[in-house]
Amino acid sequence: MSETIKKFMYLNRRAPYGTIYAWESLEVVLIGAAFDQDVSLAFIGDGVYQLLEGQDTSESDMKNFSTTYKALGDYDVTKLYVEKESLEERGLTLDDLMPLTWEDEDDDWAEKDSIRLVSRAELADVLDDQDIVYSF
Amino acid sequence: MKFAIQVNEGPYQHQATDSAYQFAKAALDAGHEIMRVFFYHDGVNNGTNLTTPPQDDRNIVNRWSELGKAHDLDLVVCVAAAQRRGIVDEGEMQRNGKDAQNIADGFRISGLGQLIEAGIQSERLMVFGD
Repeated sequence: MSETIKKFMYLNRRAPYGTIYAWESLEVVLIGAAFDQDVSLAFIGDGVYQLLEGQDTSESDMKNFSTTYKALGDYDVTKLYVEKESLEERGLTLDDLMPLTWEDEDDDWAEKDSIRLVSRAELADVLDDQDIVYSF
Repeated sequence: MKFAIQVNEGPYQHQATDSAYQFAKAALDAGHEIMRVFFYHDGVNNGTNLTTPPQDDRNIVNRWSELGKAHDLDLVVCVAAAQRRGIVDEGEMQRNGKDAQNIADGFRISGLGQLIEAGIQSERLMVFGD
């Protein structure tokens, strides 16, 4: 669709259901996937709650969009950075998050983890390396 | 410099659209290019012509329309966000069986691809919001 390839970062900072930012961010990611850019997502602060396993919105009558994260691999969105300190500050570990994977067609369709646990300092370097940062 | 602007918050409730407007104006005055202003989330509410603020306050919607007209700006309201929040143009009115439209002068409703394209084609994407 475009000859230019830029590094696109979607920075997710908010919990999933208190505001619409998380869901409308995901809508941009899904549309953006068609543009063949070098896409990453990062989850910091309350944004790490977006990836929690076992989300249940049945009592609040809100749309549970958590399964959409599991489909990201099919859209070739395979780099999901999660900030370690943000998890720790909220009493969470990687085990509390949904297992998110993608299939690597260059490696006999091996299933690989999409989530990359990084420190705050490491994530700063990742952000510094981006061309575009969409902040939600 | 070729800028694109993303506005994520509605008028009056939040300063984001004021800051975006002031930035756009200053950038244009300094000879820079604004290739697109994309209104997302509650930012789509910047594009309704039903806004009627008190006369002793700024008219945020008209201000965007006027700046758009003066500089031929591409003011784009996200269709998905607009449908949720009731921002409607002629096409959306017919498509969704509504009996009114309210898109302000100089704005157009289009898809999220316009935001991605703005990121690709601009040299800097400025995001205004929390």
